[in-house]
Amino acid sequence: MSGGGPAHGPELTATAAAGDSPQSAGAAGSVASSGTPFVEARPSIWAKFAKSSPLAALITQRLALSVALLFAVSLMIFGGVEALPGDFATTYLGQSATPQAVENIRKELGLDQSATTRYFQWLGGALQGDFGTSWASRNSVSEQIGKRLGNSLFLAFFAAIISVPLAVGLGMLAVQYRNRLPDKIINVVSLAAISLPEFFVGYLLILFFAVQMGVATFPATVYESMTFGQRLSAIALPTATLVLVVLAHMMRMTRAAILNVMSSAYVETAELKGLSSLRIIAKHAAPNAVAPVINVIALNLAYLVVGVVVVEVVFVYPGMGQYMVDAVTVRDMPVVQACGLIFAAFYIFLNMFADILAIIANPRLRHPR
Amino acid sequence: MRLSSIPVSAWIGILGIALALFCAIFAPLIAPYSESQIVGSVWEPMGGQYLLGTDNLGRDLFSRLIFGARTTIFVALAATVLSFSLGMLLSFIAAVTGGFIDQIFSRFNDLMMAIPTLIFALVVLAVLPQQLWILILVMAILDSTRVYRIGRAVALDVAVMEFVEAARLRGEGTGWIIFKEILPNTLSPLLAEFGLRFAFSILFLSTLSFLGLGIQPPAADWGGMVKDNKDGIIFGISAALIPGGAIAALAICVNLVVDWLMKRTSSLKGGRGDA
Amino acid sequence: MPDLLSVRNLKIEATSYPPGEAPRTVTLVEGVNFDVQKGKVLGLIGESGAGKSTIGLTALAYGRGGVRITGGEVKLNGEDLLRLSPSGIRKVRGAKVCYVAQSAAAAFNPAHRLGEQVIEASLKHGIMSRAEAEKRALYLFKVLGLPNPETFGQRYPHQVSGGQLQRAMTAMALCPNPELIVFDEPTTALDVTTQIDVLAAIKHAIEETNTAALYITHDLAVVAQITDDILVLRHGKMVEYGSVKDIIEAPKEEYTRALVNVRGTARDEAPDQTNTLLKVENITAGYSNGFKVLQNVSLHLPKGQTLAVVGESGSGKSTLARVITGLLPPQDGTISFDGTVLPKALKGRTNDQLRRIQMIYQMADTAMNPRQTVRDIIGRPLTFYYGLRGAKKTERVKELLEQIEMGGRFADRYPAELSGGQKQRVAIARALAAQPELILCDEPTSALDPLVAEGILKLLLKLQDETHVSYMFITHDIAIVRAIADSVAVMHRGKLVRFGPKSKVLAPPFDDYTDLLLKSVPEMEIGWLEKVLSTRRMESAGN
Repeated sequence: MSGGGPAHGPELTATAAAGDSPQSAGAAGSVASSGTPFVEARPSIWAKFAKSSPLAALITQRLALSVALLFAVSLMIFGGVEALPGDFATTYLGQSATPQAVENIRKELGLDQSATTRYFQWLGGALQGDFGTSWASRNSVSEQIGKRLGNSLFLAFFAAIISVPLAVGLGMLAVQYRNRLPDKIINVVSLAAISLPEFFVGYLLILFFAVQMGVATFPATVYESMTFGQRLSAIALPTATLVLVVLAHMMRMTRAAILNVMSSAYVETAELKGLSSLRIIAKHAAPNAVAPVINVIALNLAYLVVGVVVVEVVFVYPGMGQYMVDAVTVRDMPVVQACGLIFAAFYIFLNMFADILAIIANPRLRHPR
Repeated sequence: MRLSSIPVSAWIGILGIALALFCAIFAPLIAPYSESQIVGSVWEPMGGQYLLGTDNLGRDLFSRLIFGARTTIFVALAATVLSFSLGMLLSFIAAVTGGFIDQIFSRFNDLMMAIPTLIFALVVLAVLPQQLWILILVMAILDSTRVYRIGRAVALDVAVMEFVEAARLRGEGTGWIIFKEILPNTLSPLLAEFGLRFAFSILFLSTLSFLGLGIQPPAADWGGMVKDNKDGIIFGISAALIPGGAIAALAICVNLVVDWLMKRTSSLKGGRGDA
Repeated sequence: MPDLLSVRNLKIEATSYPPGEAPRTVTLVEGVNFDVQKGKVLGLIGESGAGKSTIGLTALAYGRGGVRITGGEVKLNGEDLLRLSPSGIRKVRGAKVCYVAQSAAAAFNPAHRLGEQVIEASLKHGIMSRAEAEKRALYLFKVLGLPNPETFGQRYPHQVSGGQLQRAMTAMALCPNPELIVFDEPTTALDVTTQIDVLAAIKHAIEETNTAALYITHDLAVVAQITDDILVLRHGKMVEYGSVKDIIEAPKEEYTRALVNVRGTARDEAPDQTNTLLKVENITAGYSNGFKVLQNVSLHLPKGQTLAVVGESGSGKSTLARVITGLLPPQDGTISFDGTVLPKALKGRTNDQLRRIQMIYQMADTAMNPRQTVRDIIGRPLTFYYGLRGAKKTERVKELLEQIEMGGRFADRYPAELSGGQKQRVAIARALAAQPELILCDEPTSALDPLVAEGILKLLLKLQDETHVSYMFITHDIAIVRAIADSVAVMHRGKLVRFGPKSKVLAPPFDDYTDLLLKSVPEMEIGWLEKVLSTRRMESAGN
C-alpha cells in the first residue's frame, strides 16, 4: 500500500476495531448465522457437526474460505493478465519486430497454447513451488524468490517485534490517560504519522542518520556472506521506517479496541464491586480485549508484508518487493504473477489467522449452549 | 453549524487544503518558470534565484512543486470522485435490493479486497499501457471496493430503520428510498469517508509515481519528483524531501479535517442507550 | 433506630457536549433528601430523566459517564461516602453496598463463569473464604429459585436466559452479605410473566437475608409490591416522599395522583361486532429456514373498532402486523380487507390498498426520517396519495397538526426538536394523512412515560370517534387492553390462544396461558404480589 496505510484504509471509522479484513465480514456473517437458534429442516452431517462443535465448524469453514479465496485470487491474477489488452511478444521485442520473430517468441514463451492449459500448468507449477522462468533474465523465478522472500520476511519480522509491543503499550497508555494531554499528543502525532508516505520517512531517516550523522548504512544491501550482526545493521533504517509507518495505525486501532471494552457494562460492574483497577484490567477487561487487539495486530502485520514493497525500493534492499517492482517496469509477467500470488497469499492467511483467533477468543463459541 | 465551533486543528487542515487548491488552479500564474524548462545547473541550493533550488535536471523546483500540486490533486480527486460514485452506487443498490444482487456484489467485493491494493495495482499496471485515464480508472476501481464496504454498512444501518419501512409501506419506489430517505441520513459519515479516500488517493498516487508506475515524465507530480531527486540524498541534497513533505502536508491537512468530521458525526449519532 | 443510609441535599451535575457548541454544565439532581433504615426497602420512582438511576448510584459514590456528585452528603452508617478516598470507596463497593443493573446480560462478563463472578466480591474483600462463598452462592441460587442450583455457577452468561441472569445478578449482589443493595430497574427488560417470578425471588431474598435496598423503577405498581417507602422524583427534584401506603392510597401531590391513577381508564366494548373490515384466515408465516413464527392464526376486526393483540416477546404479535402489511408474505392463509383478498406481498398491492392500511411504530424516533421536517413527514402521504401540493398541502398539514393537538407552529420543526410524546403524535398524523381505514399500532405507548402514554391513548380514542378508523393495537399491557379494546386476541408462541369480545376474553373461565398472563400484571395494590403467589401455591397444592 501507499504511505497512507493499509489497504484496509478506514481504520479511523468507528467500526475499525471490529476487524477490517475482507474475510472478517464473511466470518462475522457465519458467526451470526450460527448464532440463530434455527436449525435446517433436514439435518446434514455438516449441520450435526456444526451443532456439536460450532468452534471447529467455524474454523473449518474459515480455512476452506481462505483456500477458496486464494484459488479465486490465482484465477484473477492469471485471468486478469490474460484478459487485459496488449501482446507480450510485441512488448517483449519492441514495435519493430518482424512477424516471424513475434511468432517464434510466442512459441518460446508458450503463448501459443490455450489460456486454460497455461493456467493449469502455471497453477500446478506454483503449487509445487515452480513459478516458471523470468522473461527478462531467463532465470528460474522460484530460485530468485527463494533468496528474496527470506530477506523480506527478515525485515518484516524485525519490524513486527519492535512495533507490536510498542503499539500495544502506547495504545494502553493512551487509554490510561484518555482525553488528557498524553492521549491528545499521541492522537495528533499518530494522525500525522499515518499521513506520511513511506518513502518520505525513509529518505528523511537516510538523510539524517546515514548522510549527516553517518551512524547507519545506506543502501541497505544484504548478501549471503554477511554475518547476522552486519545484516541487522544493514536493515536498521528500513526497519525503523516500517515501524514508524505501521506503528501509528496499530496504536490507534489498539486504543479503539481497548476503549470499547473499557466502556462496557461488565467493566462498570467490576468497578462497582470495589475491585482494584489492576484486577479490573487484568481479570475483566483483558480477556475480552485480547481478541480485538490480536485482530488489530494481525491486520497490521498483513499490511507490513505488503508495506515492505516501497521500503525495499527506497533502501535498495534485495527483497520480494523490489523484485516485483522491477519486474513490473519491464513487464516480466511470470515474475509479476508469482510475486502477486505470494503477497496475496500472505495477506489472505494473516487475515484468516486474525479471524480464527477472534473465533477462538469468543466465549459464546467456545462454550456452546 | 457555526464557524467558531470548528476546532483549530480543522482550521489548519482547511487552510492547507485551500492553499494547495489555490496553487493547483492558478499554477501558471504563480510559478516563476514553466513545468519542464531547464533554468540552471543540476541541484542548485535553496534560496537565491531559485526559491527551493533546482532539481536533478536543473529545473526550478518551486515551479515544479506548484505544477505538481495541479497534477497530483487533479488525478487524486478524479480517482476519488470516480471511486466514490461507483462504490456508493453499487453499495446502495446492494443494500436496498438485498438478496441475490447483494450476494453477488458483496462476494465479488470480498474477492477484490483479498488482494492488497498496491499488489493488485502493480499486477494490473504491468499489463496496461501507461496512460493517464487508465491510471485514474485503476485507482478508482481498486479504491471503490473500500467505498463499497463502508457504503453498504452505512446504508444497511439506515435501511433497517422504521422510517424506511414506513416509506416502503407507503408504496414509494427504490429511487425515492435511496435518494430521499437513506442518502440524507448517510451524508456526514460519507463526507468523512470521502476525505479519507482522498487522503488515501494522494498517497497511493504518489507511491505509484515514486515506483515509476504513476504519472509519466516530464509532467510534474509530487511522487515522481521524489523519484527524480532521490539520488541526491546520498550527497546530502534534500531536493527529494521537498515534494515528499508536500505530499505529507497535504495528507495531514486532509486527515485533520476528516478527524474533525468523524468526531462531529459520532456526536450527532447520539446514544440510544443499551437495553 | 439510626439510619443505614442518609442522603442530604444531594446535588449532581454533568457536562454535556452539544454538537457544535461549547460544553456546558447541567444540573441533573438537586435538593434530594432521603433515609433508608436497616432491612427496609425504599423505592425511587420517576419517569425517564428524573435522575433516579443517578441517585441510586450515589449510594456507591459512583457517577456514570462524566456525572459528578457536586454537593450534599451521602452517609452510610454515619460515614460520608463523598469524603472517602478512592481506596475507602472501594472497600464500600461490593462489600457494604452492591448494585443490580437493568441489563444483567450486559453487566456479566462474557469471559467468566457465573459462579466465579458471583463470589468474586466476597473473596476480594476478604469477607469469606472460597468454600464459604461457594456455599452462600449455592444457598442464594436456591433462594432465588434458579434451576439446577448445584451446577448453575458452572455456566457462562450466554448460556442462561434473561430472567435467570437477572436472578444471578441479584445473587451476586447478595453474596457478600451487604448492608444495602441498589436495584436499578431489575425487571424492566423482562416479559411480564417472567417479571413476576423475578420480583418474587428478589423480595423473598431481601426478606430472607434482611438486607436494605434502594429499588429504582418507573412502574409504581411494581414498587408497591416490594418497598416500604417511596420517593417520587421528577426532573431531578423530589415530588413526594412517604410510606407506600400514603403514596398509593393518599397521594398529596398532583403528579403523584396522576401516576397512581394512570391505569384507571377503561371503556366498554362496542356492542355490534359484525361489520368486518379485516379478516385474517389461517395465516402461517415464518422465515426461509423453516422456523414458523405464526401458526394457523385466524381473527377479524370490525369497522371502526379496536382489536387488541396481546402477547409477550416472541409470541408473534408483531410478525402478525408485518404479515398484514405485506412486508412478510405468509406461507399459507389469506388476508381480506373490506371484502377483497389482499395480495400477499407488498409489491403486489395497489397504492390505494396500501393507503387504506397505515402503521404506527413503538419507537417514534426511528419511525421518522430525522432529516425531514414535520411538514415533510406529514405532507408526503398527502402528495403521494392525493397529489396535494403548495397551499392546499400546507393547509391540510395544519389541520392534521390541530387534530393531534399540536398546532401549525410545529410544522417547521425536525423530529429531534420534539419530545417523545410529540413525536408519536406526529407519527399518528402521518398515518391519518392517508385517511386510512385501519391503523396497525405496534406498541405505540410502551416506550413512553406513563402520563404521556395515557395522553396518546386518549388521542387515539378521540380520533377513532371522529374518523371511525379501526385499530389493531399490539401490546403486552393488559391495562391498555382494558382501556381501549373492543375485541382481544391473546397470542403465545406463534399461536392464537384466545380471541373474542373483550368481555369474554378477559372473563373466566380462562385457559392456562391467559390466566398466567392476567395474573402476572402487577396491580396498583399493596399486597397484590403475596395474594397472587399464595393463590398459585394453593393451585399447585390442589393439583
